[in-house]
Amino acid sequence: MEFEPVIGFEVHTELKTNSKVWCGCSTEFGAPPNTQVCPVCLGMPGSLPVLNRHAFDIALKVGLALNCSIPERTYFDRKNYYYPDLPKNYQISQQYEPLGRDGWFDIELPDGSCKRIEIDNLHLEEDAGKNIHPEGQMHVDYSLVDLNRAGTPLLEIVTRPDLRGKEEAEAFMRGMKAFLEYLGASDCKMQEGRLRFELNISVRPKGSDVLGQKVEVKNLNSMSVVLKCIDAEIERQSALLEQGGRVAQETRLWDEEKFETRSMRSKETAYDYRYFPDPDLVDVVIDNAMKERLAAEIPELPLARRARFVSQYGLSDYDARVLTAERQMAEYFESAVSVHNNPKTLANWMLGEMKSRLNEMGEDATADDFPVRPAALAELVRMIDDGSITGKIAKTVFPEMVASGKSPSAIVEEKGLKPLDDSALEPIVRKVMADNPKMVEDVRGGKKKAIGGLMGQIMRATQGKANPAVVTPMIERLIAESEG
Amino acid sequence: MSETVRLDRVEEITLDRVRHVALLARLELGEEEAVRFSRELTGIMTHINKLGELDLEGVEPTSHAIPTANVFREDTARPGLSNDEGLANAPEKDEGCFKVPQII
Repeated sequence: MEFEPVIGFEVHTELKTNSKVWCGCSTEFGAPPNTQVCPVCLGMPGSLPVLNRHAFDIALKVGLALNCSIPERTYFDRKNYYYPDLPKNYQISQQYEPLGRDGWFDIELPDGSCKRIEIDNLHLEEDAGKNIHPEGQMHVDYSLVDLNRAGTPLLEIVTRPDLRGKEEAEAFMRGMKAFLEYLGASDCKMQEGRLRFELNISVRPKGSDVLGQKVEVKNLNSMSVVLKCIDAEIERQSALLEQGGRVAQETRLWDEEKFETRSMRSKETAYDYRYFPDPDLVDVVIDNAMKERLAAEIPELPLARRARFVSQYGLSDYDARVLTAERQMAEYFESAVSVHNNPKTLANWMLGEMKSRLNEMGEDATADDFPVRPAALAELVRMIDDGSITGKIAKTVFPEMVASGKSPSAIVEEKGLKPLDDSALEPIVRKVMADNPKMVEDVRGGKKKAIGGLMGQIMRATQGKANPAVVTPMIERLIAESEG
Repeated sequence: MSETVRLDRVEEITLDRVRHVALLARLELGEEEAVRFSRELTGIMTHINKLGELDLEGVEPTSHAIPTANVFREDTARPGLSNDEGLANAPEKDEGCFKVPQII
């Protein structure tokens, strides 16, 4: 029997704020353990949380951008459970009146078609601390807890089970990441845990419209792991069903070493959170003025920007898609175009040289981290366009720019990479023509392609410092002169 | 997901419920303790159930006595406790962290 997966996501994203959601501790990543803590986020008795306005604004903005219906009044609930990374023994979350319900998010599939994914709800909560399990030591019988992350504003977006396979899941994850980056909601660095995907997955016979028993999977720390996990779960669940078994309702953990999921013990998943409204926090009344103010801050989103890149800059659909997949890349591009208006060449440089170097810089590296700034790349392209350097030389200047951060004109000056002027060029052209009489004959006989052969020789002789736009007419002139 | 415990329906805090709540609270109860808590908690709930006798027709549920809304703090980071201060009450610590029995 052929099975199809039915997938939904719980997206957790840490919001981009300076301070935590209930207290003024910093949310900066990478500080020494337990140095960004205070009585509130340590859960000390008598301490009181106060809602971070910016965190609330971001969450509401995301809700509006996800087309959710927004309640007139929202509030926070306590979700009670015991775990060492949760100092209060409850997480402040939203259970009964989340910030948004019944929204949607359009994703784009590789074939260019669009699919609408329904959003069940979105709610604002706090992140937990981090449990550290000492490695490499024998007989370790303890764990360490760092509470720097405890209380970081966390937005959870819950989709309905609308996704039908790996391809759609990947399109969703990439689309959601770009969406959150565009909104400035989160920096989405997955390696830092700023963006996390949890999976709800079930399988059913293809063509059936009945939902199978779903399984929740946690501990998926990158998109590629999510995709591997989908494969593993389809296989595991299908095998179970084929053998006449049943899929148990449970939460499973991804095991990075074994490439499979394993069951969490039922004790850990005793689902009884005894939610109740948090009496330490007051309600938030959301009026139209608040919604209008935040709606006005929603920037152009990826799909819209991509369409504009095609119409405004004449880019191909593919180039526009890659350039707008990340906000930083799109902004880099527009900023470069504003310095030198040659969108197509700039796009080529960004999608070729720049992107391959960015990939080498690591999974989380964005255009913002790129050592060559937009104005410098624009200057490089301008120098090619006005003949100050050849395209070939530009390819050697670019790595220098990446390595040294210097401007292209400084590098060209330093290394003497300017194209040869006519008087320096002509003797070389004459010599190459004299050494290759056959090619000259071919050009004379009307074989345009033969000019390419001469050009190659001239480039070699000048180490790329000959400008093809100058060389071609020069060859033609010299041939004409020799005839006359 | 937990069912809401409605006051007017609670008759007895059974031994099973006591054990369930003890598990959630990570409390280890002996048999005698469980029996005692079942009896005592049933008494307490019966007492609280008196509230169910009130006529609350038309009264909106609330979790606050004071009708305040929209209290925010601005998103400014400020220094918190030092590592030493933060860990001052930790029964055990190591490498700047709280040390706890092994998880997983």
